[in-house]
Amino acid sequence: MNIATILTLGETALKLGLICSLTVLALFLSYSMLNVCDLSTDGCFTLGAAVGATVAISGHPFLSIPAAMAAGVGSGFVTAILQTKMGVDSLLAGIIVNTGLYSVNIAVMGGSSLLNMNRTTTVFTMMKDALKGTPLQGRTEILVALIAVVIVVAFLVFFLKTRLGLAIRATGNNPDMVKSSSINPVFTTIVGLCVANSFTALSGCLLAQSQKSVDINIGQGMVTIALASLLIGGTILGKGGILLRAVGMVLGAFIFRLVYTIALRLNMPAFMLKLVSSVIVVLAISGPYLKKQWPQIRRRMTHKKGGI
Amino acid sequence: MLELNHISKTFNPGTVNEKKALSDLSLSLKPGDFATIIGSNGAGKSTLFNAICGDFLTDSGSIVLDGQDITFVPQHIRSKSIGRLYQDPMRGTAPGMTIEENLALAAGRGGWLSHVSKADKERFREQLALLDIGLENRMSQPVGLLSGGQRQALSLLMDTMNPPKLLLLDEHTAALDPGTAAKVLAMTKRVVEENHLTCLMITHNMYSALELGNRTLMMDSGRIVLDISGKEREGLTVAGLLEKFNAGAGKKLDNDRILLSGKDN
Repeated sequence: MNIATILTLGETALKLGLICSLTVLALFLSYSMLNVCDLSTDGCFTLGAAVGATVAISGHPFLSIPAAMAAGVGSGFVTAILQTKMGVDSLLAGIIVNTGLYSVNIAVMGGSSLLNMNRTTTVFTMMKDALKGTPLQGRTEILVALIAVVIVVAFLVFFLKTRLGLAIRATGNNPDMVKSSSINPVFTTIVGLCVANSFTALSGCLLAQSQKSVDINIGQGMVTIALASLLIGGTILGKGGILLRAVGMVLGAFIFRLVYTIALRLNMPAFMLKLVSSVIVVLAISGPYLKKQWPQIRRRMTHKKGGI
Repeated sequence: MLELNHISKTFNPGTVNEKKALSDLSLSLKPGDFATIIGSNGAGKSTLFNAICGDFLTDSGSIVLDGQDITFVPQHIRSKSIGRLYQDPMRGTAPGMTIEENLALAAGRGGWLSHVSKADKERFREQLALLDIGLENRMSQPVGLLSGGQRQALSLLMDTMNPPKLLLLDEHTAALDPGTAAKVLAMTKRVVEENHLTCLMITHNMYSALELGNRTLMMDSGRIVLDISGKEREGLTVAGLLEKFNAGAGKKLDNDRILLSGKDN
């Protein structure tokens, strides 16, 4: 591997990492802050991609982004209503919405499971035209993704310090306290999930537009990949203020993609991505748990061998 | 201030687990009343608090707070005028958030999108300093690092920051060591007096039950079996209280924690 290849690999990883970090930031809000594992993430990611692509194909590249985010808000709203007002368990609510979204997504794409945007004007092609002749030419995708990430991180840092943001964090941190304070946990859960899902949909929208196509499986396994990134990010920059932790999330997404891109380069077949992300999630969650259990296991083993 | 009119609550009605937790209970508190509540386990003390706070709707009767009928008002709206401290010091504060953030939530001023201002921070610092346990210098630390007593003191401050119409204390010193418990209790007394709060306090300590406040209630099987105040209460000793309970409930007090609780815990 020479320097040029490494740089290319880094760039690919950076681009995918930045785009997918929006989903990681969505989970940072729903999973880390609100303490809800939102399993509708896969479907919502595809929904964002499908809505974004459909709107862009119909000739509105800028509108595609708010449209995709609005669709995400809708999806998050349904998930939240199911778990707060209809008595559906929060994991189940995510799974149900995820399943339902499959049909919705195909309907959005006009009954087909694949949309092609090769000749479509998207935010990426527009940026490319705008940057023609400047030194940034050829970095358009990274630039667009970076702008989106910076805006979302800035919003999150602002949002999580407002009274509403604090209330959302308290809802996830100590439901007991929230119940007996003047915060309505139904309201905070709905707002939290709506905002989080709008980021997920934005992430899907940008990924679809950068790779110029959507297929119905674009979001499959996204929740695991994002969780893996989130956990990696949490180990690097888990302690500290919101800004630091949010940056950690983006870093986590980048590192995950980097490792994956390098593994691909070392002849790991592409279909291994999902398995690798599953293993990372398991390691990141079980690692600390097993480490805690280790003294007991060791004590049992020495006891069996006739020790004390 | 608080009027409970014939409230009843039966859990799991029609099943083998049917439990009449509150039966035709009525209570009237005047503004500034500080009543202590004692009673055996399962007498319905905490259930009474849950009913007042709106954890569940009562089966019958009405609850009136400061002239407003709150029988069907949702919990989070009632909470604006009711402060509540639990026995478990972990319940009243969010461990993953800083002291300042917890206080900001409790202060509840401004719109949903407002930030904590410099003036707010200064106000929080002053109020923390009043607790006199050094929390004012640790405002950016997560609450999870504090001890049980510190967390309970913080909960007390959070609950009384915007003086509530009614303060409910559910054995809030029972999980603390004797020294800390005394400190938190003294703090409670001061806060209640300063803000002229109307207050209900569940305790298992007979001495506190007689010493604190101006009224003592005794509960059994979801009813108030004894309600003493004024002259009658002043002359009462723990032994006299026990005797009155046995007469009122028609049975012996079966709670070791009450019987064994000494003067200093």
